[in-house]
Amino acid sequence: MVFLTATGQNDYPHGFTNELIYCQFMEATGAEIVVRCLAEEGVEFVFGYPGGAVLNIYDEIFKQNKFKHVLVRHEQAAVHAADAYARSTGRVGVALVTSGPGVTNALTGIATAYMDSIPIVVVTGQVPTPAIGMDAFQEVDTVGITRPCVKHNFLVKDVRDLAVTMKKAFHIAATGRPGPVVVDVPKDVTAHRTEFAYPAGIEMRSYNPVLKGHTGQLKRAVQMLLEARRPMIYTGGGVILGNAAAQLAELARLLGFPCTSTLMGLGGYPGTDRQFLGMLGMHGTYEANMAMQHCDVLLAIGARFDDRVIGNPAHFAREQRRIIHVDVDPSSISKRVRVDLPIVGDVGNVLTEMLSLLRQAKERPDATALNAWWTQIELWRSRNCLNYNRNSPIIKPQYVVEKLWEVTKGDAFVTSDVGQHQMWAAQYYKFDKPRRWMNSGGLGTMGVGLPYAMGVQLAHPDAQVACITGESSIQMNIQELSTCKQYRIPVKVLTLNNRYMGMVRQWQEFFYGSRYAESYMESLPDFVRLAESYGHVGMRIDKPEDVEGALKEAFSPALKERLVFMDFQTDQTENVYPMVEGGKGLSEMILAEEL
Amino acid sequence: MRRIISLLMENEAGALSRVAGLFSARGYNIESLTVAPTEDATLSRMTIVTTGSDEILEQITKQLNKLVDVIKVMDLTEGRHIERELMLVKVKAVGGGREEMKRTADIFRGRIIDVTDSTYTIELTGTGSKLDAFLEAIDPAVIIETVRTGASGIGRGERSLKP
Repeated sequence: MVFLTATGQNDYPHGFTNELIYCQFMEATGAEIVVRCLAEEGVEFVFGYPGGAVLNIYDEIFKQNKFKHVLVRHEQAAVHAADAYARSTGRVGVALVTSGPGVTNALTGIATAYMDSIPIVVVTGQVPTPAIGMDAFQEVDTVGITRPCVKHNFLVKDVRDLAVTMKKAFHIAATGRPGPVVVDVPKDVTAHRTEFAYPAGIEMRSYNPVLKGHTGQLKRAVQMLLEARRPMIYTGGGVILGNAAAQLAELARLLGFPCTSTLMGLGGYPGTDRQFLGMLGMHGTYEANMAMQHCDVLLAIGARFDDRVIGNPAHFAREQRRIIHVDVDPSSISKRVRVDLPIVGDVGNVLTEMLSLLRQAKERPDATALNAWWTQIELWRSRNCLNYNRNSPIIKPQYVVEKLWEVTKGDAFVTSDVGQHQMWAAQYYKFDKPRRWMNSGGLGTMGVGLPYAMGVQLAHPDAQVACITGESSIQMNIQELSTCKQYRIPVKVLTLNNRYMGMVRQWQEFFYGSRYAESYMESLPDFVRLAESYGHVGMRIDKPEDVEGALKEAFSPALKERLVFMDFQTDQTENVYPMVEGGKGLSEMILAEEL
Repeated sequence: MRRIISLLMENEAGALSRVAGLFSARGYNIESLTVAPTEDATLSRMTIVTTGSDEILEQITKQLNKLVDVIKVMDLTEGRHIERELMLVKVKAVGGGREEMKRTADIFRGRIIDVTDSTYTIELTGTGSKLDAFLEAIDPAVIIETVRTGASGIGRGERSLKP
């Protein structure tokens, strides 16, 4: 390992600056080092909750003004908020929690970020080193308990390793396939003193992600694309994480190919564009799923063919077809579906290279074949699979999302929780820009919506931020209404309240003979008064004709500074369509009109 | 299919648990796993014997490479390689059986490294199948205990695993 530090000694010649020489002579405690490392990384917000093991660190936070600490009401929300900060800005999010229950509470947030490859650094307090392994008060084996759901983790036993470890943590979290990194710091380490110098850069012999695509593979891929007769572009969260939306749009337009996206990739390609076929997968559009099954060349970009996206791999695209797969993580390639042409590299780099090769190429895809393919796609699209009853006397949840899109002119940041409302948000809010859509795609964590909205709003204070949630999900982190009050976070909460855990109810209706075991939400609070008791604005909307007015009011300048909690009383029996049953192939969809 | 994976990783606390945890979390088989520091004390060398289809082996290799502490991974079974395992066997050795046990150990190039009135402890090195063969060659009733290290492997000739 070579770390490029500036100690002024000959054996570390890199990153030598006056500022760092100044730092060299500064002695600091571990707690000061943690805080100064965060400042050096340009961290704006630390989401956290104090406790015994991190009191030294909190004391240093008290003394500084480089970043703002946001006190949440539960550690899970701290990690979610840091995660959403990262999702919406592309920068590393930071959370700080204490040992023991602080860590176990944070774990759901860490696993959520891990499944969606979100760059966060979580600093956790630990009992003093001599107490480790003694079953001390508030002790858990943090590196052990977090290991399966982090990109990497560290236990810092020596204060002299602290600054380098923090540097590594940020480096690992943000590079390659991003992910959460946990830095566990025992309390005595935060009190020990050492000389502090923050490394200017870091090199690790064991960690060097491949970022540039293989030239030969790129050439073969371009050739394959040019030979395609029924092409399809399938994109995922990698396009967002790799900041490759512009290159993707240019590639799709240059070739005239249809494009679909996973739940995680929405906004990577403009949702209102004609070439976009909507989301694919278990609740994907008819046209996207059919095109996936019938294409002859599939270009997969930053997506991982997971079970909710392609269904049963044995039933996936049984026609003759070739797959090109671009991903920064080699282990995502050929994991569930055999790929013909893998390209390992950063999605942005690879697409830029591909574009330049395409511009040089003399051939273009066969126009006649492409036209015929588009004719077929338009036929599928004409099924209008997202149609629903717009004349219902009861509020349809889809209608609320459509109206939200209209009222916010498609330009809001939208977070969701998990369940039916999440799918409706994904289907009916057409995201035209990346980093506008925050949801727990991989882990499916109920309760992320409100803390996500907090993280997004703090990062984008002037933006419109909407949290689309359900009456069940919102209750999993509803205590954060208090955090929103303290920091005056003016998010707009849209609860699609159908008095059921909607997705559970839907599965019970379809697959369990309508035996609604424990999925009815009894004893709901009066959400209007609950919101008001936290000092927010509450609204209850019962009729479809009041939906638009309520949304306009909530997003009006008069309420710009206020959190508005909208409780929409929606149709209890509405289901999410289309639907591909688990274990089936993508073209075996249940459509609304078939029922 | 049986495969021998050799890997080099940072010799840090918890390194072994990252590898073992990966195998259990993803449902991969481990037949044996050996680990020790190398001549460079900052490095750990591990030999993992596993079984699985080509697809699973490809995933195992990729997932191991993805671990931040892992420096290099090599599937030894893809090329010419040598594999050795050490076994210590404690056997009952009394009367006429003492001489016969010594002869059998000699045939297998085993060494008797501890002797009492009634027991021998034999040290035996070889491939897993050679060690199996030795255990089959002696009377199972005389075996008191066996300890095996699991396989260690190295590439033949120029083939090597360096950081």
